[in-house]
Amino acid sequence: MSHSEVTASDSGTLIPGSDAVTYHRISRLRRLFRHIAPALGIAPFIIYSFLGLGIPAIAVTYYAFQKEKGGWTFSNINFMLTGEKHVFLTGFENSIKLGLLSAVIPGILGVFIAYAIQTSNSNILRRLTSTAAGVLANFGGINLTFMFIATLGSTGILTYWLADIGIKLSNIGFNLYTFSGVLVVYMYFQLPLMVLVVTPALGGLRASWREAAENMGASSWQYWLRVGIPVLLPSILGGMLLLFGSAFAAYATAETLTLGLISLSPIQIGNYLNGNVIAGQTHVGYAIAFGMLVILSITMILYSLVRRRASKWLR
Amino acid sequence: MAPLVGEVAEAENEVVPSFSTGSSKRRRRVRWWRGVVLVLAGAFFLIPVYAGVKFSLQNNEHHFSFQAYESLASAPGFTAALTLSLKIALVTMVVSTLLMVPTAIYVHVRLPRLRRLLDVVTVLPIVIPPIVLIVGVLGVYPLWAKSSPYLLSFMYVILAMPFVYRSLDAGIGAIDLKTLTEASRSLGGSWSKTMWRVILPNIRPALLSATVLTLALVFGEYTMAQLDIWQTIPVWIAQFQVSSDGPVQVAASMIGLMGTWVLLLLVVSIDRSESRRNRKKLRSS
Repeated sequence: MSHSEVTASDSGTLIPGSDAVTYHRISRLRRLFRHIAPALGIAPFIIYSFLGLGIPAIAVTYYAFQKEKGGWTFSNINFMLTGEKHVFLTGFENSIKLGLLSAVIPGILGVFIAYAIQTSNSNILRRLTSTAAGVLANFGGINLTFMFIATLGSTGILTYWLADIGIKLSNIGFNLYTFSGVLVVYMYFQLPLMVLVVTPALGGLRASWREAAENMGASSWQYWLRVGIPVLLPSILGGMLLLFGSAFAAYATAETLTLGLISLSPIQIGNYLNGNVIAGQTHVGYAIAFGMLVILSITMILYSLVRRRASKWLR
Repeated sequence: MAPLVGEVAEAENEVVPSFSTGSSKRRRRVRWWRGVVLVLAGAFFLIPVYAGVKFSLQNNEHHFSFQAYESLASAPGFTAALTLSLKIALVTMVVSTLLMVPTAIYVHVRLPRLRRLLDVVTVLPIVIPPIVLIVGVLGVYPLWAKSSPYLLSFMYVILAMPFVYRSLDAGIGAIDLKTLTEASRSLGGSWSKTMWRVILPNIRPALLSATVLTLALVFGEYTMAQLDIWQTIPVWIAQFQVSSDGPVQVAASMIGLMGTWVLLLLVVSIDRSESRRNRKKLRSS
């Protein structure tokens, strides 16, 4: 009904005088509304994300530049960069190292696992993958710590099994409660995350490409080297960037496994929040958090660039 | 390991330079390395579960017993922690579904151009450390919000977003949403009717798996709950320090794990029986 009225007023001939002006104004509002209306559908999502992601990020940034009693300052950032014998920089260094290692190793292995599942004949396996990978990717913290203590701790099952065939874990430099242990435990949620991220990309590899390559006499190696890997590379890199962020961000597992003794940035923030530091320095925690946000922003910018390339082949 | 090696040798022997056997040779090679990868991955994911379960089924003399599980119920604080976790989980699942399902469907139907934006936004909770988020939230949110356990639900919806959105996105992508909605609309169905009677039944498996994911997240999340000082199950497990009762803690975390797996298998089996029923319907018609 109202629709036809508006179009009528647009022509300006049917309704003369002042009425036309009001109708005209309404029609403009309506046109504006019709332009914005589709976007309103995702407004709840945008608002929710802003409240849950945006506000905390802004708050952390704000407090990182605030004195304890109010007022702007750089001293928190300065203290983070130079104070305490560079302990915070060491934290960043360790966190980045852990992030890189647990991005590249599970990143590569994850592609093989995802491909093995994709090409397997088992329907159940494939159907189970997405949910199971999601559950496992969320698996962390205390539960994971217990499981791995029972597996690779000093009295763990796998420790015994390996000792039976003559491999002593302590002799090859492995200790569950240090960096090497954290790396292995992180694989437990990093691998499923990679499988989750890379599976859609593998689905994008069309059988016709492979057939075309074979018809032109390409070997399996040539197909992968010239077609498969170049097409997949952006998705794999994107997945690895996500894994980096995920390992860089993880707190609960490292905290419960090493009892907070490993120096990683998230653990240092936790120490500040749990009140394990001298009073009057709590804002240093915000400064570390801000530092993490800066590194993660760079990661996310790279991720969205890589995604753009990856989506070229994905339908 | 031995049978796998045998398979390798068998595959190598079959290298016959003829056109017709070429593809079968390749398929066989793919099969053995696929087997190796799947067995190794399976071992990596299952051995720790086995170790955890085995450890929780020991008494103090390292003999098999259900002692840990029996004393769990009477352990101080366990029931309260379980109730709290269940309440938080319920609220999280409801809010998450109400927020994410309409958003995912809407973006697919009306705003496909925004899918990439959502792709990036929903990935943020994986890379922004939960600890940074909770620090920010505790820094600025009003006291009434901070004193409620449902602040955790609010944040868990965010943490679950990457997995819930991906699950729903895949589920919606798998059905021909556009044709379905157009058919329903042209038959005179309203938007709400289309949603309830056409779209939701079709994405039920995705919806179920999103719910299971959320549940798993709430029962495993430690960082935020600990810093917000609410004794949910993971926090209780970490704080329940009776040194001789190690198995009790492990038992508590194994219950959560096994509960999740049972739900998971349930979802998959519902999904399977449903698709089988659909196939049967198709064949009979």
